[in-house]
Amino acid sequence: MSMTTILQHCLTGISLGGAYALIAIGYTLVYGILRLINFTHGDIFMMAGYFMIFSLASFPWPIAIIITLVVTTLLGISIERIAYKPLRSSPRMSIMISAISVSYLLQNMATYLFTAIPKGYPEIPFLKRIFVVGELSASFVTVLTPILTVVLVIFLMLLVNKTKTGIAMRAVSKDFETAKLMGININGIISVTFVIGSFLAGVGSILYFTDRMSVTPFSGTLPGLKCFVAAVFGGIGNIPGAVIGGFFIGIIETLLVAVGYSTFSDAFTFLLLIVMLLVRPTGLFGEKTVEKV
Amino acid sequence: MHVKRNTILTIASAAVLIGILYWLSMHQLKQGMLVSIIQKSIIFALVAVSMNLLNGFTGLFSLGQAGFMSIGAYTTAILLIPVKNLDGVYYVNGVHPLIRAFKIFIAESPAWLQSLFPFIALLIGALLAALVAALVGIAVLRLKSDYLAIATLGMSEIIRALCSSPQMDTITNGSYGLNKIPGFPGMFGGLIPPMATPFVVVALCIAFIMLLIKSSYGRAFKAIREDEIAAEAMGINLFKHKEMSFVVSSFFAALAGGLLAMYMRSIEAKTFSISLTYDILLIVVIGGIGSVTGSVLSAFLVTASKEWWLRFFDHPLTIGGWEVPLFRTGFRMIIFSILLMVVVLVYRRGLMGSNEFNWDRLLGRFANLRRKKKSSQGGDR
Repeated sequence: MSMTTILQHCLTGISLGGAYALIAIGYTLVYGILRLINFTHGDIFMMAGYFMIFSLASFPWPIAIIITLVVTTLLGISIERIAYKPLRSSPRMSIMISAISVSYLLQNMATYLFTAIPKGYPEIPFLKRIFVVGELSASFVTVLTPILTVVLVIFLMLLVNKTKTGIAMRAVSKDFETAKLMGININGIISVTFVIGSFLAGVGSILYFTDRMSVTPFSGTLPGLKCFVAAVFGGIGNIPGAVIGGFFIGIIETLLVAVGYSTFSDAFTFLLLIVMLLVRPTGLFGEKTVEKV
Repeated sequence: MHVKRNTILTIASAAVLIGILYWLSMHQLKQGMLVSIIQKSIIFALVAVSMNLLNGFTGLFSLGQAGFMSIGAYTTAILLIPVKNLDGVYYVNGVHPLIRAFKIFIAESPAWLQSLFPFIALLIGALLAALVAALVGIAVLRLKSDYLAIATLGMSEIIRALCSSPQMDTITNGSYGLNKIPGFPGMFGGLIPPMATPFVVVALCIAFIMLLIKSSYGRAFKAIREDEIAAEAMGINLFKHKEMSFVVSSFFAALAGGLLAMYMRSIEAKTFSISLTYDILLIVVIGGIGSVTGSVLSAFLVTASKEWWLRFFDHPLTIGGWEVPLFRTGFRMIIFSILLMVVVLVYRRGLMGSNEFNWDRLLGRFANLRRKKKSSQGGDR
């Protein structure tokens, strides 16, 4: 393989990784606060794909993007309100089963409403413009994804570290009960978390599907699980960790496909997860906790 | 006296069930759909019970069931495809010479071995899965709750990727899947017709699992579920018992996978994706986590409503010239998912909670109903 091909694959990988990173943040935030693997997150991402298809059919792209992000965020909060809030005091397993059944519902709903046949993702012209630098060629979305990811993450870090809401979020994720006693509005904070997570999943969805060209009701499952792995890899609850995990998995996956082991690219992600959990359960940047996983 | 009544009731209902099965096997052609639904139900019942052993009784939340089922299904299928169909099945990449040699050896073996071979194949598949489970368990069972869930889910995906990888083409036929798998064999030299075989096999397996749960091992499992630290303090070897539960559960999941391969006649790696595990988890949840009879009951209810009772939601329906909206392909699954959400959010204990089926309770409930009716009638007067 020549240097150019490798660089080309790396570029694709970084772009994929950026989308993964945005989704992984949603997992990491929710897990940090609720200790819940939000199985619906991948399906929210999938639904965002469909929202974009339908809103772009009747509106110009800037409005369509705004509509998609707003509707996706609303979907995220309503799932939290309906399926997670009533179970807040029950065992963790019940909430997880609830998450799995919501994911089941969303997939069936998407199959019913939009059929299981892949729907073509609309092209947003300026995202698809091709740039050529030397022998490398890339569409604008490939370049935009990592940049947008980094910008969004910087904003998010500022939010988490500097604002009052951010401090409250960190307090809740450290100790649920004590945060409650300190007068923090737990439900409000959890809603904010879901808003941020779903919003980023919406952005990730637009970037991801613009490259992939089609959406099916099941196209959220595997990326969702992979992004959870990315979050675990970087240390769950740690935002920069999730971003690095996302980029890492995106790049490795693209390279594996390039070398010809495309069937193993999914398996690799899970192998990485198992090895990571066994060797360093807190992830790359995770804090040492008393509770062992 | 009571014990006697219950025994009589149990024997009577078992006789009725066997009678129904016998009637069905006589009228198999006419009742094809019913037969295939209850066969599928009983296979899913075994997987659900095996998952319940792990999730409900030992408190290990594992989502790897589909992976173990695929090990069982693939092994059984590979061992059972007849020699004459080999070239038709592996028409793209050819078959591994060892498999062909083994099949020729079996085809030339004495008749008793041949009639027994399908069961041996099921057993080999199940043992292979148990071996894999034992190895994976050493690594994975150290993890707790949701980390264990996601690790086992990942393991199941790895197994699926291996089955469909081009490197395994001559063994598992890669992404093309396997077909022309022979159906259920008869048992005991034709005494039990092929149609009833899955029921006998599954009944034996579930009986074994129930005995295991009632034994001292089962008590240890429950102790681990309630409180690991307390259980360890009482002298229960945590790892040994977790590993045992994991291995036994995988063994039976793989056995059910083998039966599923015989039932479906053709399998591919996609059959055993994550959604299969979710389907089984949902059966367990609806039946009640920690209840074997609940799982069996819910396997029948869920499969029947999915494949049969709720089917009418999928067809356009007109009542007196008014076409009911929403009724089209896929609506059944939405109704089903909403029912499931209701169970998860409102009736958290499922059908049976953690209780087992029990004549006293059933009859007691009837008596209560009658009493209530009487008292309400009395109030009216």
